[in-house]
Parts: sequence; structure tokens; C-alpha cells
Amino acid sequence: MNASGSWAARRLLLGLAQTVAVVLLVFVLTEALPGDAAVSFAGDQPDPESIAAVRASMGLDRPAHERLAAWAWGLLHGDLGTSLTSGRPVTAFLADGFGPTLLLTGLTVVLLVPAGVGLGVFAARHEGRPADRLVSAVLLAVYAIPEFALGVLLVTVFALRLGWLPPTALGYGTDLLAHPAALVLPVLVLLARPVCSLARLIRAGMTDALAAPHTAQAQRYGVSGARLRYAHALPVALTPAAQQLARTVDWLLCGVVVVEALFVIPGLGTVLMNAVADRDIPVIQGLAVVFGLTTVLVNLGADLVTHRFAPRAEVAA
Amino acid sequence: MTDPDLPQPNPFPGLRRRGFLAAGGAAGIGALALTGCSGTSGPDDGSTGGGARAPRSGGRLRAAFAGGGASETLDPHLGNLFADAARGKALFDKLADYGPDLAAVPRLAERWEPDAGLDRWTVTLRKAEFHDGRPVTAADVLYSYRRMADPRKAYRARASLEPVDLDASRAVGARTVRFVLKRPTAEFPNVMAAFGTYIVPEGAEEFDRRPVGSGPFAFVSFTPGRTTLLRRNDAYWDGAPHLDELEFVVANDESARTNALLGGQIEYAHELSPTTGRAHEGSGAVEIIRLRNSAMQAFAMKTDRPPFDDPRVREAFFHLADRQELVDGALSGAGEIGNDLFGKGYEYYAGGLPQREQDIGRARSLLREAGAEDLEVTLDTSAVAAGFTEAAGIFRDQAARAGVTVHVRPGSKDSYWKDILDSGTLCCYRSGAMPIETHISQRLLTGSTTNATHWRDKDFDALYQQAQSTRDKQDRAALYARMQRRLHAEGGFLVWGFGDWIIGTARSVHGVERDAPANTLDWARFDKVWLA
Repeated sequence: MNASGSWAARRLLLGLAQTVAVVLLVFVLTEALPGDAAVSFAGDQPDPESIAAVRASMGLDRPAHERLAAWAWGLLHGDLGTSLTSGRPVTAFLADGFGPTLLLTGLTVVLLVPAGVGLGVFAARHEGRPADRLVSAVLLAVYAIPEFALGVLLVTVFALRLGWLPPTALGYGTDLLAHPAALVLPVLVLLARPVCSLARLIRAGMTDALAAPHTAQAQRYGVSGARLRYAHALPVALTPAAQQLARTVDWLLCGVVVVEALFVIPGLGTVLMNAVADRDIPVIQGLAVVFGLTTVLVNLGADLVTHRFAPRAEVAA
Repeated sequence: MTDPDLPQPNPFPGLRRRGFLAAGGAAGIGALALTGCSGTSGPDDGSTGGGARAPRSGGRLRAAFAGGGASETLDPHLGNLFADAARGKALFDKLADYGPDLAAVPRLAERWEPDAGLDRWTVTLRKAEFHDGRPVTAADVLYSYRRMADPRKAYRARASLEPVDLDASRAVGARTVRFVLKRPTAEFPNVMAAFGTYIVPEGAEEFDRRPVGSGPFAFVSFTPGRTTLLRRNDAYWDGAPHLDELEFVVANDESARTNALLGGQIEYAHELSPTTGRAHEGSGAVEIIRLRNSAMQAFAMKTDRPPFDDPRVREAFFHLADRQELVDGALSGAGEIGNDLFGKGYEYYAGGLPQREQDIGRARSLLREAGAEDLEVTLDTSAVAAGFTEAAGIFRDQAARAGVTVHVRPGSKDSYWKDILDSGTLCCYRSGAMPIETHISQRLLTGSTTNATHWRDKDFDALYQQAQSTRDKQDRAALYARMQRRLHAEGGFLVWGFGDWIIGTARSVHGVERDAPANTLDWARFDKVWLA
């Protein structure tokens, strides 16, 4: 417990350092982008006098290190700052976008684990046989389709041709649960690729484990087939799968930009796109903190799972 | 500068950038105003749907626009985007707005009368009420104009209001304003019609919770970046709208807007691509409406630096372009060719000048005369507007036929307009609809703030000032014609085309004006629309 606790603490500290690094990097990169919020605002009417006025009133004329320091100071007090473009608190932006993204992510993960594990186990059980080859071929094919293309395809077939589902969530706002039909296609698009990679990993891990000498030994001792598969082989396969799942959750939370744009779901991906386009640095930084923390926490969770299943693997980071 | 002392919780509640440039250019542009040309509630000749059928009352129309995300605001003076302009138009009124030929038509101002010097204008307001029942007064007008002109802020209309001396302007009655101008301004009505010059109640500072305007629709609810719900204003001075409710929804992705329209989730989709337009035109599923002449497409040459400081080189470039090829390639055919002048078909447009054609031989000989054979130039472009990079590529190939080497240089999307203002020699350019006078005053005078061609010419400035001091319209038209002949012969804008603005509506939508370039009164005007 103690050893494990200090391992977790070290892991957490590392995560914090990573978050700070991400935030600094974001700040530096945003500074390096051409133009700033004032130029962005001026758009096609770049009257130098107005740009200067906007810059001054946004505080953009202050040196970068001063702005970073002020922001970091606020952060330590739980204040993420104020949006440059709207004057609303950054936390309000994040709260607005978080719900839809979390809903999409949650639904996807809930469906992803049984689907991915089930398909992987199924393929492993039929290794080399037509069923395995069919599943593997389909998974590879689906994995190769970019989200945008898949989304357009699904919308065309199921929403516009067949009329079974709404093509977008336009006008539903954050109240997506009241319109569950609008969630089907986005979740399908989000599921498509992670299911493929997860199932492939599970299949590979299980076939390896089932072919390993210790499995053969267990079989000789008379352990039943189902027990072998689920108690012995599956946990070994789950170790890389947990890591993969963590990466997937990052990916889902930190954007789903394409899916949100295509289906008009006002989540964090949309907030991020708008903030980058507006050069709204406080919002971008706030999102970087949230994404950074999420990534760190999810990976920490995955590492703990891995630590539990394969304690000798020493996967500290 | 006497600004009213207003509380200022935050100076920029809502800067946003995306989308406004379709209309592109200076302040005049973003304005997509709406009313019809006449200010009376006219029948919808030339509009969609069976023109013969009588308007029907009722229903909710859902209209999708590209928006600005969570930082959107309902402050009508902050608007930059088409979505802002459309919402502003539904909730608020301007004193005047642009008709289909970009001439100002009266709105809240019932009439206007200049004095002999054209630098004092008496504007009489019509009888109109804000949504809370208060009458619209001269004090509201002056408050609104002073708010927009606040130098500490950057309201888009500020540049347009520059000719007005607001310190000296006064209310001379409850419904009469006497505007004092800094110089004679014959086209003062263009100022009253300019983008974002909405009239708000005196003292109004906060718009996101319960904005009060005098427009055809009144506020119900607003969630930034998602939806704005409005309801009919039965007391509207221009006649109550047919619709019960109007909902603006935001979808930045063009294919999402198209899908939502095809799937019946919305009834009006703004800003569709030429490909979408072609795919669904005449298909029967939806109605495709092309607002002609909405976006000028050009190459801007810096007239103050080599090689374009030589008028012969500029003229040679005018002859290099195959305009139809540019329209077909860069605008996917959704547009018409230009003649190196802004504002085709607008009031004062010099339509009598011969259409310029590609003439490689003439271009070669002009370049030879100028000693500029084997010329190499860099053409700045960017993905900032649809068709820019395509146009650059096409023009490069066209120029090569005359031995001119064009190096295409792609630039940043986000700072493009600022970057090309003073650097480079040749760039892709576009502009939304605005009166020709506004185009000249904001881009072609020595003191213009966004003079991308660096056209600075004392005689030209003098002609403009003379036009502004000329009371007679015919005489003024003659002066505009002279200015345009000059620009056509040796200006810096190689205007090769005018793009359509494409809108899709459900079959049930009627009364959408077709003769309304983006930025004019009838564009995105929902009080004359009905569902059947």
C-alpha cells in the first residue's frame, strides 16, 4: 500500500509537471501565431488605429510575461481568467462546453468497452478461421475511414436517404438527452475507430496469451477453456488495452472536433475551435489546463490498472 | 469628444471574426441589411415561392448561420458576422438601409433634408416604438451614435460615422435630429445605412439578457453560439411579421447546415457552397436562392511601388486576366465577370465602359513599352476566403501566357487582411456589397484607412470632395463616372468577378427576396417571410 501509494504520488507529481508544461507550451505557441485577438477582430477592416485601441483595451499591449504571470496567479486561486472576446469568465465557457462532450465521451466509452472486448475475444476464439478473418477485415476497413468521411456517409444514408435519424443536433443545444436519436450517429462515428483498435489489441493479446507456455501448462492441469480465456488470457490482453483506452478517452474529451462540427454539437471541441480562431488566449489556456489535467488523470488511472494487472512491468510513465 | 459616461464592465463583449468577411471590406460591408427597397411592406414580387399566394401568418422559422461560438453577443454595435447582422436586423432598426442597388432607403428615418451646404442634415424619425413601448426619439438616436463612435471601443460602425460631428449634433424635437457634419457629405444617408448603425434605447448598455430594440421581432431567449429565439413584434411600424417566431441557430460547418436543411431541422440555411447549390438546384427537395453580385473578387495591385507604379504595367495586368475562366474555376461558376470596377449594377456604377477582355498581345506590348518584359511578381493569397487560392493559381497560369512569372505566396488566414494592407505588391482581395461612394471613401482616398491598393491621388480626392459637395444628383453621377473611368483605366483593383451568395430554404418558405445582395435591406430579412 505504501509502496504503491508513493508510486501513485510520484506519478501524480509528474502529471502536474506535465500539465504546467502543456500550459506554458500553449502560451508560447499562441504568442507565436501570426496576429492576435485585436488583428483577428479587425478582420478585413484592419484600420491600424482601431487595432491599437482594441489591443490597449484588451491589455494585449502588456508584455507577454506579465500577462502569463497574471494568468498563472489567478489560476492558483482557481480563477481561469476572462475571455478576451466576450468578457465572460473562462470557467463559464468550459462549463457550457463540458456537458455535451462528456455525454458523448461517456456514451462512447460505455459502448466501446463491451464492443471492443467482445469483438476481440470473438476473433481470438476463432483465430485463423473465416469468422476471425471477416471480423479483422471489417475492422481494418472501418479503421481506415476518416471520421469526417464516415460521418458524411452515415448522415447521407441514415438521415437523408432513409430518414431514420436526425442529420444533426442543430437547435437542441446542450439538452441532447432529450433528443437521444440525435446522438446515435455521432456516437457511431466516435466509436468506429476506437472499437477497431481496441478489438485488434485484445485479439492480439489473447492469441499471444493463449499460445503462451503457461496457458498450455494450465490446460494440462485441467483448467477449463472458459476460465483459461477469461481468467488467464484476458487480463494479460487488458494491459495494453487499458493504455489504449486511456488514449481514446483523451482523444474523445479533447475535441471530437470533427464530430462536433459535423453534427453541430456545442461541446469543448467547438469552444476550442472558436477560441483559437479568435486568438482568445485565456480560453485556450483554460482548455489546455482542462485537457492537460484530464489526460494526466486518465493516464494515471490506466497506469494504476496496468500496475494492478502487471505489477512487474514497471510502467511508471 | 463628449462620450456619455457609461459604465463599462467590459469593453468588448463580443468581438468575433469568422464569417464577416464574406462581405468583406470596410465598415459598410458587413451590413447585410434587410428591408425591402421601399420601406413599405411590399408584396414579394421576384421572391421565392408562389408570388401569387397571399402570405400566411404563423409558425416558427429556424434559420442557420455560421456563428461566432460562445463569445457571441446581441449587442448590435459589436456585430461583425452575418449572423450578427441578421439578428441585429430582426431586433433593431437603423435610420436607413441599402436597397438592392445599394442606394440608401429610409427606415426609422422617415425623411432627411440637407441644408444648402450639405453639411447640416435634418432627419425626421417616423413614429416607432421600442419593444417595451417607449417611443423611438431623437435622444435615442444621438445616444446610439455616440456609443458607436466611442474611441475607446472599436465598434465596427465607428469609421462610417467619422464624417459626423456628434458633439455639435442636437435633438431639435422629440423626433427630429439635426446632424452637423465635419464637411459637406452629399451621401450622408449612406452613413445612416452603414453596417451596425442600429438605434438602441438611450442608456442601453447590456444586451445579452433582455435586448430592447424597435425591430420586427422581440427578444425571447439567447444562448451564445447556439440559439436565439425571437417572437413577432405586433406593433412593428412596418407591419407585423407573418411569422410567430424566428429562431437563429448556429452551425459553422457548411455541410451541417445543408444536412439540417435537407433533413427538415431548419427552414433557412445561409451561405451554402456553389457545389451544394448546383447539387440541389431544381431538385425539388429545397429551394436554392442566389443573391447575385454579393462579393467582389479582385486582385489588388499596390500602385505606389514597382512594378505597379507604372500605369502601363497595371493596364497590362488588366489584359492578362481571363475573367470567365476565373469565375468558372475559383467561384465554381457561381458568379459573373467583373470589369475592374467595384459595384457592378449599383447606383452610380459606370456600366457604359467597355468590358475588358483577355488580350495577351496587348499585355505583352504594354509590358514591353514599360520595359517590364520577363516580369516576375509575387501574388499573396490565403485560404481566408473561398476561391482565393484557386484564383491565384489560375491567374498565375494566365499570366504565364504573356511571359509574366507569378509566384503565388500563401499567407496566414488570421492576419491576412492586415498583412496585405501595406506589404507585398499584388494580392487576392474581396469585398462585400456597399455603396460605390463608401468603397471610394474607405479604400481609395489618400486618408482612407484600408487603402489596399495605395491609390493616393490628389485629383481623385478632389473629385470625391467635389461630388460630396454637389447637391444635384445628375452632376454627382457624372463625377462618380469620371472617378470610375480613371479607376478603370489605371486603378489598382483588377476586379475579375462578382460572386453569388447562396441560400437554401425549405419548400415551405415564401417571401425570400432574390434581388438582395448580401448586406442589403432585403438580405436575411425575415419579417416579410412566411411559411405555407
